Amino acid sequence: MFPLGIWPYIIGGLIIGVGVSFVYILTGIHSTQSSLFSTTMSYFSKIPYFQRKTYLDSREWRLYFAAGVILGAVIYTLTVSPDGWWTTSVQPWRLVIGGLLVGFGTRLSSGCTSGHGISGIASLSTTSLFAVITFILFGIISAQIVTFLGVVP
Amino acid sequence: MNNRNIVLFIGGLTFGFGLAWGGMSKPEVVLSFLQLKDYGLVLLMGAATVTTFVAINIVPRFVKEPLLGGEFKPRTRTLNRNTIIGAIIFGLGWGLSGQCPGSALASLGIGNLPVLIGIAAMFAGSYAMGRFFG
Repeated sequence: MFPLGIWPYIIGGLIIGVGVSFVYILTGIHSTQSSLFSTTMSYFSKIPYFQRKTYLDSREWRLYFAAGVILGAVIYTLTVSPDGWWTTSVQPWRLVIGGLLVGFGTRLSSGCTSGHGISGIASLSTTSLFAVITFILFGIISAQIVTFLGVVP
Repeated sequence: MNNRNIVLFIGGLTFGFGLAWGGMSKPEVVLSFLQLKDYGLVLLMGAATVTTFVAINIVPRFVKEPLLGGEFKPRTRTLNRNTIIGAIIFGLGWGLSGQCPGSALASLGIGNLPVLIGIAAMFAGSYAMGRFFG
């Protein structure tokens, strides 16, 4: 079940939880990920969907948060990573089509693996629980089809 | 840079470091869960959620309000058709590519430059949702 062991996952998850908790205890903000894409769009698009108040209020901190996420992974790579710099072998067409679906779906659903998954379930939200069950189920179905068609990794 | 943004930046650093530590910055590791070969993602999400549960549900019993101001409010969303349809679409893209929003950002941080096109696609997908269905 755990060919790479359990500790990297548990320690990684605890570190993530500490980061989210740190932000929440100091600011009351749920530091979640996928809204970044629509709040950032409010700098460029004038349509009402992107100009809503919650987006304008959060668009700045979401950029700082996202910069932190990227830099946090850079620091990991430069310090404790056993691998060093690393590149995926997932084909570009999968990154593009998958990215489009992820961007569209997370916005329609109002949450992703961190918003529904971590902050939502930790808030005991049944909406988030249903969302998480749904995206994990369809994630598994999708990955199984891809594998069945002989596409690797 | 105000205090709130500094806190968010530090929180982001921690989040990205943890994602990378737990391997989720690699789409291959995410895919190995969705291919049912390695259930580590459940452990990672579980550990992150339990920790966050304490911050959201226990800490406010002892601390009245966030230390920098604001209010403690659990994250709630209303369940409707879009929640589920969106989750289905997200799941399909997640299983195809092994990327989700946070893991894609962390993936960039471990040097995975091809993920830039995935991130660009996420922006495009989010824009399309807001533009045509918002």
